[in-house]
Amino acid sequence: MSENEPLLSVQNMEKHFPVTKGLFKRQVGAVKAVDGISFDVFKGETLGLVGESGCGKSTTGRLVTRLLEPTAGKIVFEGQDISHMGQGRLRPLRRDMQMIFQDPYSSLNPRHTVGAIVGAPYRIQGVKTENGVKKAVQDILELVGLNPEHYNRYPHEFSGGQRQRIGIARTLALKPKLIIADEPVSALDVSIQAQVVNLLEDLQKELDLTYVVIAHDLSVVRHISDRVAVMYLGKIVEVADRKSLYSVPMHPYTNALMSAVPVPDPKVRKDRDRIRLKGDVPSPLNPPPACRFHTRCWKAQDICKKVEPPLAQMAEGHQVACHFPENAPELPAAETAAKTG
Amino acid sequence: MSFLDVKDLKIHFPTDDGLVKSVDGLSFGVERGKTLGIVGESGSGKSVTSLGILGLHKGGRARLSGEIWLDGEELIGASTEHVRSLRGKKMAMIFQDPLSSMHPYYTVGQQIIEAYRIHNDVSKQVARKHAVDMLGRVGIPEPARRVDSYPHEFSGGMRQRAMIAMALSCDPELLIADEPTTALDVTVQAQILDLMRDLQREFNSALIIITHDLGVVAELSDDILVMYGGKCVEYGSAEDVFYRPEHPYTWGLLGSMPRLDREPTERLLPIKGSPPSLINVPPGCAFHPRCPYAERTGDKATTEVPALAETEGGHLVRCHMSREERRGLWENEIKPVLETQ
Repeated sequence: MSENEPLLSVQNMEKHFPVTKGLFKRQVGAVKAVDGISFDVFKGETLGLVGESGCGKSTTGRLVTRLLEPTAGKIVFEGQDISHMGQGRLRPLRRDMQMIFQDPYSSLNPRHTVGAIVGAPYRIQGVKTENGVKKAVQDILELVGLNPEHYNRYPHEFSGGQRQRIGIARTLALKPKLIIADEPVSALDVSIQAQVVNLLEDLQKELDLTYVVIAHDLSVVRHISDRVAVMYLGKIVEVADRKSLYSVPMHPYTNALMSAVPVPDPKVRKDRDRIRLKGDVPSPLNPPPACRFHTRCWKAQDICKKVEPPLAQMAEGHQVACHFPENAPELPAAETAAKTG
Repeated sequence: MSFLDVKDLKIHFPTDDGLVKSVDGLSFGVERGKTLGIVGESGSGKSVTSLGILGLHKGGRARLSGEIWLDGEELIGASTEHVRSLRGKKMAMIFQDPLSSMHPYYTVGQQIIEAYRIHNDVSKQVARKHAVDMLGRVGIPEPARRVDSYPHEFSGGMRQRAMIAMALSCDPELLIADEPTTALDVTVQAQILDLMRDLQREFNSALIIITHDLGVVAELSDDILVMYGGKCVEYGSAEDVFYRPEHPYTWGLLGSMPRLDREPTERLLPIKGSPPSLINVPPGCAFHPRCPYAERTGDKATTEVPALAETEGGHLVRCHMSREERRGLWENEIKPVLETQ
């Protein structure tokens, strides 16, 4: 896969939201929601974006679908630079790029029937369907595991899991190439989560879809992704394929995140020494200088406060932005510092 | 008799659409110094149970029956006044969303002081000192200054800590935590779980933790109660429920969950369908429409509610299948599939 051109390529993308004050809206600062991130998404793969709240993962999703305009950097979709394209020129591209939202309660219009919701993309894009829109919508409803006869029902008549399926049906209507799923299962019950995760995987195989899955749940992301990018305060701190990220995580933050996930095994809790991170994520309004994780990192030294570590290749397909990565094969010194918080 | 003993608790709500049997015949006990985990999906009745124990349904439209014995005192028949005098001092609750369960108009300190002074005849100065102590105990930095902050000035994790401080301010002997970490990021969740474990050890209180997250339950619980459709379907020690589960619903929950501590599987094993509506609980075994083994017990599944029967040493299961049949299924069919995960 990786020999080909990426389907989506993001280069040094930034989004700073201005903070204004006073009558004349003088800008007094900026929330650096996304602060220079680069990644590629190849056809047919699933890239997972994980991080805690406020790390900029949702903003990233909204930027690549161009629901927001980046303040700097480039977004290239299928070879076209879309970073500052106007709405008119974006519209035809929206067919190829769709989004699944987190909350299946607020992302469906309660006054529209399922038929109207799933059929809207055809109407808006002016797409002709062979046997009429109704038939096309019913086919898609069937594809996502809903009863096609529920065409005339309203969203409130469905359960959370079914609503999420309606949302997925809507994104699939125009046969997109890239789907950005922002927390697609976090609002659902455990047993329903698994159904939707399986559905997303089946659809990917069947329709040759490419996914960017944004989630805070590391186990869901591991299950669904081929590659995973970990974000912290607007930066990507580590990118790797799923296997090496979860078996040899290099960035201290990734390590801390993984050790924080509660393990559903009562025996494990007793003999596990967890990395305890101190404090909370700092505000993106005023992020720490240089390495943004240094305020909470147990390995931080002077250099971490002065020089920002670049996102560097440490192993095949494994990039890390850290001065003192763990498990790094090349660096023999300094990596076995005590893991105490 | 245990410190908290709940016997055949029923909490029903009459509505225009029919009687909602949120909790339908629940019995359990918790000792001092022990933790009970209540697991279930949305609408299984787990939160209603906790509000019932605290007496927060009194005066509402709920119909309560059964017995709740707290330290030798019966609470369902007790007067509202009396239950109120126990709330805070004898039993306290940590709610899911600290922002909406704290008063935005009062400082965090004022809210702790108010609760403390209701139960203790002390001056404001003494109560304030106590509030500062408590905030320090739960790990809030600079408690003497933060005691005068408003809830909105705290981050999510700090608010949850403040809520724990408030709940613990009168040394309650029973603490109920309803989804205490659901709104938090994983690294903060880990901090709060550690804190709750340490504080429980220190105060030797009985703890009930209500959650949908099997990982959180495994971290803290001694005993686990699995709820489905307002009833307990499986009850046992954490080891019983995680290593020798016998109810198909528990198997389903375990199979639905992607796990970080094992190699990833190709597919998750979800439970089909969705949780039942409590107005229209399926006849017979409430789980039968979703149960892959319902046919094994023939008509019984749809006509007869299975009894909660002991299988071994305090491990209770509500299922029509025989003990041998369930164990055979678990050992030969379910466990091998889950273990390869």
